[in-house]
Amino acid sequence: MNGDPGLAGLSAENAAVITLTRKDFVSDQEVRWCPGCGDYSILAQTQKVMPDFGYPRENIVFISGIGCSGRLPYYMNTFGFHTIHGRAPTIATGLKASRPDLMVWVITGDGDALSIGGNHLLHAMRRNVDIRVIMFNNRIYGLTKGQASPTSELGKVTKSTPVGTVDYPISPLTVALAAEASFIARSVDTHTEHLQKTLDRAGHHHGSTFIEVLQNCNIFNDGAFRDFTDREVREDRMLVLEHGAPMIFGKDRDRGIRLNGHQPEVVTLGPDYAVDDLLVHDETDPLIAFMLSRIYWPEFPVPVGVIRTIDRPTHDQMLTNQIEKEMARAGTPDLQSLLDGGETWIVE
Amino acid sequence: MTDTAERAPATQELERVTIRFAGDSGDGMQLTGTQFTRTAAVFGNDISTLPDYPAEIRAPAGSLPGVSGFQLSFSSSEIHTPGDEPDVLVAMNPAALKSNIGDLPAGGALIVNRDAFTPANLTKVGYAANPLTDGSLAAYSVFEVPISTLNAGALQGLDMTNKQMDLTKNFFALGLMFWLYERSMEPTFRWIEAKFGKRPIIVEANKRALGAGYAFGETTEIFHSRYVVPAASLAPGRYRQITGNEAAALGFVAASVKAERPLFYGSYPITPASDILHQLAGYKAFGVRTFQAEDEIAAIGAAIGASYGGSMGMTGTSGPGIALKSEAMGLAVMVELPLVVIDVQRAGPSTGMPTKNEQADLLQVMFGRNSDSPVAVVAPATPGECFDMAFEAWRLALKYMTPVVYLSDAFLANGAEPWAIPDAAALPSIAVPNRTDPQGFHPYDRDPVTLARPWAVPGTPGLEHRVGGLEKADITGNVSYDPDNHDLMQRLRHEKIARIADDIPDLDVFGPPDGDLLILGWGSTYGAIRSAVERLQSAGQRVAHAHVRYLNPFPANLGTVVGSYRRVLIPEINLGQLLLLVRARYLVDAVGYNKVRGKPFRIAEIEAEAMRLLAGEDAASASRPS
Repeated sequence: MNGDPGLAGLSAENAAVITLTRKDFVSDQEVRWCPGCGDYSILAQTQKVMPDFGYPRENIVFISGIGCSGRLPYYMNTFGFHTIHGRAPTIATGLKASRPDLMVWVITGDGDALSIGGNHLLHAMRRNVDIRVIMFNNRIYGLTKGQASPTSELGKVTKSTPVGTVDYPISPLTVALAAEASFIARSVDTHTEHLQKTLDRAGHHHGSTFIEVLQNCNIFNDGAFRDFTDREVREDRMLVLEHGAPMIFGKDRDRGIRLNGHQPEVVTLGPDYAVDDLLVHDETDPLIAFMLSRIYWPEFPVPVGVIRTIDRPTHDQMLTNQIEKEMARAGTPDLQSLLDGGETWIVE
Repeated sequence: MTDTAERAPATQELERVTIRFAGDSGDGMQLTGTQFTRTAAVFGNDISTLPDYPAEIRAPAGSLPGVSGFQLSFSSSEIHTPGDEPDVLVAMNPAALKSNIGDLPAGGALIVNRDAFTPANLTKVGYAANPLTDGSLAAYSVFEVPISTLNAGALQGLDMTNKQMDLTKNFFALGLMFWLYERSMEPTFRWIEAKFGKRPIIVEANKRALGAGYAFGETTEIFHSRYVVPAASLAPGRYRQITGNEAAALGFVAASVKAERPLFYGSYPITPASDILHQLAGYKAFGVRTFQAEDEIAAIGAAIGASYGGSMGMTGTSGPGIALKSEAMGLAVMVELPLVVIDVQRAGPSTGMPTKNEQADLLQVMFGRNSDSPVAVVAPATPGECFDMAFEAWRLALKYMTPVVYLSDAFLANGAEPWAIPDAAALPSIAVPNRTDPQGFHPYDRDPVTLARPWAVPGTPGLEHRVGGLEKADITGNVSYDPDNHDLMQRLRHEKIARIADDIPDLDVFGPPDGDLLILGWGSTYGAIRSAVERLQSAGQRVAHAHVRYLNPFPANLGTVVGSYRRVLIPEINLGQLLLLVRARYLVDAVGYNKVRGKPFRIAEIEAEAMRLLAGEDAASASRPS
């Protein structure tokens, strides 16, 4: 914050060690999502992990776009900004670029982030803006009462597509990867423990962070993920990723993913395949990340966890470095000499 | 005032000269004009410039669309415009001649690069015969100079291709003009060294070209006279040359220094606003953070984010970009954050004529958002004044916690004039409604006088709160759908902007406080209107000029002023936008004078229109909105 007249040291005063609990992050506003909505769980897990990051409440900002997810900032007892449709990443970018001391979260949905705001998501990710984007993916437009979204499956019948959508869906994780997000993860609204763990890792990452949370809209797209997220089937149909660990899944931990040439395939451990034959997850390998972003139920188990994480300088760090370097070079800025410019003359 | 056709053997003194350099867009005409302007400015003349360049970076060589021009007027008395018509036209090729000769009055001087008048170049622009030989230029004093040949000769021996050598011929032309107007080559020599210092051969080539042009003037006998335009008697002080975009960038930085808040500029490249981004990107030592966004929407979004965080968030664009930013401007109105939105207007609609001038975004910035969504609007009248209004835009944005539109245009942005450099220490400091005390804090509590809400930025303990685009409850800022609350908030937002009228200067009237005619203008038409009114007043007419710098809200006395004259004429480079607002607001039967040719008004056409009205005739064009 050097060189930011007026804002310097604003947060240094708050640096004292603080111990907060979930309750400290609950605002006085009544939560108004539909009963049974997956958003409740995402809100609860978000509030639970907040104390882990060591930021005082006033240094945390939640910025959202439009959609059901957009209401989340009202329920967080932090600073919050409910902006306009698709543009939350732009507001977050400007805030973070000018206030590197703040922890900035972006709350968005599949329509907000991938349709109207697609361009902003791409560029916030590629710039490695130090923001954490939680994208609630329910594969439907909920707040406008049930139209197809960019992640709705081909042929989906909705109010706006009475005989089925003719638009192919896009994969949010592949988009994030193509946009060079430096942290990419997926979790599920109802898998509370996994979601907390994922949010916790996201909160400790510095750089553009993208978390896809599979979220059930029980009014307009109920059961969108039930086939692989339900308690009875989830272990057999989802792949929980661990860095450095072989890709094993199944209730009996007897199946895994291996590469056959460069194609992934599901194999059963036993006489034909051993653990050593399986692919080992590497969070820094872009090829593995790409493969993981492309596999999905029913051909494959659905991967959840951290797909990719790399460290590289963030947008605000690089911008701040440039400013500080320039200030050090120029010394105390003198407005008069700036106004004088190069060539001047005197009229007597 | 100038009479270049009247030729005496010795040096002749002139009050004012207007030169137009015209050539291919690759010929360096903008640079040539700029260098002559600098030299004249440093010498002490009053100056005014009009760059006129095509949108194409390199249109086909020698073609009409590729012609780039730079008109400058320099004078020993105060001037307000770059001149209605050139006294001297320098045409580097047939295309430049063809597209500019119509503006040269009979008797004007025409200097041409004869080498460029080849059959191929003539055919390219549709000349059936060579105008240099067919007698069609008989009305002008024509000076044919084989610029390319002479220049190549001067550069003999340098390790350069013919093509590279030819690129320096604009400096030959410049050298010749320096000789003709008795100007020193030193400032340009210094500039060449500073600019190309790392490439000695380029320095040498350009210096030789400039010197050769000057020497040609001295040795040739085709010119019968040289001319001097003595220094102007400007108000005492220290001066520099400045364009509107440069002045604006300085004004924004000065506001940041005086408000003690960092400036953040989010922008997407667009003509003619990009220079502000380039300029501000160089001011990092002042803590200025610039952000070249992925699009216009992201640019304003980032600016709003920065303002939310306590910086002075600003975005800049031209008309098409304003269209894209309008939803976000509405957000800034709703969340009542300080924001400056720069609109450097250009000819439209749609992509229009990106490098040409127009002032037709006034209604767009006033009303181009959903619902009642009031913002303040300010507009500078001259390049130098861009500094003052940039500073003023921020004073209002911060004091009233509101978006403010700074409405400039291509003519102001690129035009240059001498600028009396302000005393930085004497600039007023800017107070901000900063809030740190959590006791009794409510995000939408208002200052009783300004109606501004507190600026409570993240990082301030105890002030955690939520804002957004949904309607706010009065005081608490919580989401509210209450009908009466919405009615109240709409009125509060409106009233907050309206109260700015008590905080801005009254409209200044040049001329009699009442009389036969008031000419009312805004923006870059200032110079032409002021010059026309000066002429009319000298001729004994009871005519006054008033120029509106605050377009929303209007100055408190505007209604009285427009009611004090028999006729009110509003010249605009649009089809009657201020006219519509003034007629609606004050029920005054003002008439418009409207021309949208991508060019500034001429003094003479405003004068003629005024004379028509004074004679009791009705206006010539688009008199009243229908």
